[in-house]
Amino acid sequence: MKPAPFCYAKARSLKHALELLGQANGEARVLAGGQSLIAALNLRLSSPRLLVDINGLADLDTIDLDGDRLALGAMVRQAAAERSPAVIEHAPLIVQALSHVAHPAIRNRGTIGGSIALADPAAELPACLVALGGEVEIAGSAGRRRVGAEDFFKGLYETDLEPGEVLAAVRVPSATRASRYGFGEFARRKGDYALVGLCAAARASGDKLQDVRLVFFGVGLKPVRARKAEAEIEGGPFEEGTISALADDLDPLEDIQASKALRTHLAGVLLKRVVQQLSESGS
Amino acid sequence: MSALTIEVTMIVNGEEIRETVEARKTLVDFLREDLGLTGTHVGCEHGICGACTVRVEGEIVRGCLMLAAQCDGKRVETIEGVSDSGEIKDLQANFVTRNALQCGYCTPGFLLTAQDLLARNAMPSRDEIREFISGNYCRCTGYHAIVDAIEKTAEARAGRNS
Amino acid sequence: MNERRNEAGLTPLDRPNSYIGRSVPRPNLGRLVQGRAQFVTDITLPRMAHAAFVRSPHAHARIKTIDTAIAKSAPGVYAAFTWHDLAGVCTPWVGVLSHLKGLKSAEQYPLAPDRACWQGEAVAAVVARTRALAEDAAELVTVEYEELTPVVDPHQALDPKTPAIHPDHRDNLAFERTIDAGNVDQGFREADVIIESTFDFNRHTGVTLEPRAIVADWNEGEERLTVYQSTQALHMMKAIFAKHLGLAEHQVRVVCKDVGGSFGIKIHVYGDDMAVAAMSKILKRPIKYVADRIESFVTDIHARDHCVRAKIGVKQDGAITAWEIDDLTAIGPYSVYPRSSGIEVNQVINLTASAYGCKNYRAHARVAFTNKNVMCQYRAVGQPVAFGVTEGLLEMAARRLGIDPIAMRRKNLVPDESYPWTAPSGLQFEKLSHHACLDKLVQMMKYEELRREQAQLRAQNVHRGIGFSTFIEVTNPSAAFYGVGGAPITAQDGATLRLDVKGAVFCHIGVADTGQGAEAAIAQIVATSFGVPIDMVRVIMGDTDHTPYGGGTWASRATGIGGEAAWQAGKALRENVLMVAGAMLQTEGKTLDIRNGAIVDKDTGRERLPLAEVARVAYYRADTLPPGFQAEFVVTRHFVPRQYPFAFTNGHQACYLEVDVNTGFVKLLRHWVVEDCGTVINPQLVDEQTRGGVVQGIGPALFEHCVYDAQGQMLNANMADYLVPMAAEMPDIEVGHVATPTAESELGAKGTGEAGTAGAPAVVLNAVNDALAPFGAQLTAMPLTPDRILKALGKI
Repeated sequence: MKPAPFCYAKARSLKHALELLGQANGEARVLAGGQSLIAALNLRLSSPRLLVDINGLADLDTIDLDGDRLALGAMVRQAAAERSPAVIEHAPLIVQALSHVAHPAIRNRGTIGGSIALADPAAELPACLVALGGEVEIAGSAGRRRVGAEDFFKGLYETDLEPGEVLAAVRVPSATRASRYGFGEFARRKGDYALVGLCAAARASGDKLQDVRLVFFGVGLKPVRARKAEAEIEGGPFEEGTISALADDLDPLEDIQASKALRTHLAGVLLKRVVQQLSESGS
Repeated sequence: MSALTIEVTMIVNGEEIRETVEARKTLVDFLREDLGLTGTHVGCEHGICGACTVRVEGEIVRGCLMLAAQCDGKRVETIEGVSDSGEIKDLQANFVTRNALQCGYCTPGFLLTAQDLLARNAMPSRDEIREFISGNYCRCTGYHAIVDAIEKTAEARAGRNS
Repeated sequence: MNERRNEAGLTPLDRPNSYIGRSVPRPNLGRLVQGRAQFVTDITLPRMAHAAFVRSPHAHARIKTIDTAIAKSAPGVYAAFTWHDLAGVCTPWVGVLSHLKGLKSAEQYPLAPDRACWQGEAVAAVVARTRALAEDAAELVTVEYEELTPVVDPHQALDPKTPAIHPDHRDNLAFERTIDAGNVDQGFREADVIIESTFDFNRHTGVTLEPRAIVADWNEGEERLTVYQSTQALHMMKAIFAKHLGLAEHQVRVVCKDVGGSFGIKIHVYGDDMAVAAMSKILKRPIKYVADRIESFVTDIHARDHCVRAKIGVKQDGAITAWEIDDLTAIGPYSVYPRSSGIEVNQVINLTASAYGCKNYRAHARVAFTNKNVMCQYRAVGQPVAFGVTEGLLEMAARRLGIDPIAMRRKNLVPDESYPWTAPSGLQFEKLSHHACLDKLVQMMKYEELRREQAQLRAQNVHRGIGFSTFIEVTNPSAAFYGVGGAPITAQDGATLRLDVKGAVFCHIGVADTGQGAEAAIAQIVATSFGVPIDMVRVIMGDTDHTPYGGGTWASRATGIGGEAAWQAGKALRENVLMVAGAMLQTEGKTLDIRNGAIVDKDTGRERLPLAEVARVAYYRADTLPPGFQAEFVVTRHFVPRQYPFAFTNGHQACYLEVDVNTGFVKLLRHWVVEDCGTVINPQLVDEQTRGGVVQGIGPALFEHCVYDAQGQMLNANMADYLVPMAAEMPDIEVGHVATPTAESELGAKGTGEAGTAGAPAVVLNAVNDALAPFGAQLTAMPLTPDRILKALGKI
């Protein structure tokens, strides 16, 4: 399958990229890692008139500590993030999630920003961002704006990005000594999209967990916070009741890979495992 | 300046290449059709089978998920170059003696991927080998012989270095 | 038994410097590991154009109009075609074989003329300067369809109320056959326990990494069609192209160097390929077509879509008293040409229960047309279904009776001393080794230890299972397979050996290497038979102009049949060379031998002359040879099996796995195969064929499934959603051997390429059921997904 014809422009700067997108009037796509976009173009699932290549823009490619937050430029490669000492130290949940994303050759090109902006409901990074309580920084012709992770993901491949805007960076709170993380996913084969997965973060307070954030992926049109289950866990020790609270939180989809019943069941299994991790992990 | 065709300059297997390409042409199609480097293969065109694995700036990538246009100014290596340089001579020899290939269509992708693994992890376990190559599809061998050949190469390299 | 021993107790295989039984590296691997191979996908020719197809999005529709006018004037387009443009150049075909009584099909065209009968069927084609431009133009072809109700379920297909898919058919029953042997009803009456079950086998497909690929080149100046095709059966394709394009066979040449995987996918005739050849003839230029991955999923043949109701009767002591099966299979709307879509079901009912001594066997098979993709022969044709049912039922019975499954098999398998033996279905077995293989398997896997480990772990709520399967593979087919039914498929093969002036030997042979190592096996055989080091042998395959008329590669025949032809040719050429050597040395040729590239005294081994010296004299100094003496250094020999319709092989497999009863996920721990393919030419290649075959059988057991919806749409026609086995989930596989040579040939080699696939689904099914036995859960539908496993456990 060969793509339909399109024009290509290499952005010289973020400002230039925004100009090109503005001129294209909604008929352009941003080319970042390309690991999802070019597959879609090859399959003719998408036929934009213009691709704006933002690879090589140095100011989108940095990993910095910004106060008590870790900032990752949108063009940071997934493989680079996975190996970055800063990410390992300050956002270990991202490192854990990344090891489940596709395969090494894909991660060498795929970007942090690209995965967040695509918002595939079965992807790890969007759920990770929500679990960490992170935010995205968006660049547009009017300037920059920041959106919290939960407000950013709106629906199936739908985010708060407007046409003509470019995701510039993501920020997550740096891990502290009280940070607790958990991650789990079920996939039929290594590297596949998850049938269901769970990203979790919490703060240890004595022998209790506070600020529990349980974010499931692969169960809905976007990352789903299991708020009732979170409340149960914050209240006290883990019990079977938490699993039934989960049934109120989740209404998974059915597809050829998994039934709704399977996803619901596996979500419960994941919950048990991940809450165990939250209780055991510690920096 | 946006265009349907782009002039690209890249270093492919050590040779400077200057060509005009359609914007929509993938790197693997450019290598195979415009440069006659047919050693890299196309299996799915959606990034899953790994047959199109090449190196760009020293890193393994899917040739079907990059545009030739994106490789302007970049260093690209295919199986032909990596083979002729002698870099993977031992790996190739072990693939041959162990019969870690049957039809050979997936083999260039596996060789480049295996070489990348051994560059990062000098003594991978069999499980680690299987995990690293889990993005490369082989229909003929069932993978066992491939794991054997990579393991043997790692052991020999470690033996030479110790 | 191969008992042509001489006074010294040696068989013809005991040649000095023999390569038989040695794991020699394959001579063609150098180019494959260096990226210097030549697959059809790599070929470019001058003026070559590219084809893209317009395919029906509907599973069943009348084609009202096709408008190619806009497409024709798109950039870079040379032409656009519908069937009407090809009608004067290409004739349609029907995929029936006369010996499958009652098999019916309908005329099939390279481009559907007025009805599309499956999603993906080609209805128009565009030829352009590049594939991309052809695809652009294909989008500009407008087709007006009138959707018809698709038939997707075989029961629905055979319901009298359902209209026949083809207007001139009475119904959708393509083929029906019954077997009734012994006294099945009496057998069931005698049984203490009867077990009935329905097994569902999932439609799946080959997913060759190199897709189907063809370059058809009609040279108007030569009036010859040269087809470069990724295929297994070159001479067959030559006959087919000639027949349907109105050419004499010698006007057609088929060439194929390297094939990126085939497994039966590339042995069938596809409308796309016929269209490409016809368009080349019309446009008088080479045309290339490579199926992309999506096209492959919806047009490469599918296989093994079967629903089998099955019944076994057993006595308390484990003796089987009767078997009965009813197999309903859903093929596509056409029986595939020329091998027909009746063979798979034929093999299912012929092979079921055939390893066991019970004479009471009844089978009923029906093949139904549906509006899904076409279905035909794929690696281990019918065997995974036959053994999935047989071995599945047997282990269910064993479990019910409380008898160990190994003991149950020992009690019922045909004893190794019983041969020759004819199965109740009529299959004639020359000599099999079920018990020897089973004994070896049990020893290899340390069975008792595994059972103890299983019991210990069960107590800790870790659930592992052990599953077994006997299997029988069909190899070295005679003309009774296809030729008898009228297909232009030869069961014989020929090898031409040619000695060059420096002592190298060229072997031109009609079998094909699709990655399995036929080139190596033939080289080993020639080197041994003729008497030279293997690096002095060059094997020429893959060109119908330059190889004897041969059958190609299928039904695991290349080594057994092609190899025997090469072996005989080697002996004949050696005799001719020794006549010349004898003349030069003034002695009799039969006192000499060729060993390691030298002429030697046969009795002492003393070197007399280099082989190259004999060649030099024969080619340049014929003046020094006796008058009237003519050296003949080109020799051809053929071979075809005559006594037995097939050389059946056999073996045993086992699988050890763990089922996570909380998640339904299966982890494969270990896998064993003991196989018997007679004389082994290259042990490593046999082992590797076995391993690859096993994984290809594990695929559909756990992962692979062509999923269709009620509208006949394939829902997972891509590599993300159709799950092929990848390295992280597959086990290491141990292979052991027993050797029972066939007496039909001097080499005694049978085939082995399909053995792994034949038994793998059965062992995985049995192992999962063994793991779940304590829960009373049992599965009979593949793939064994987490959904199905948890449902069986009552957890969802």
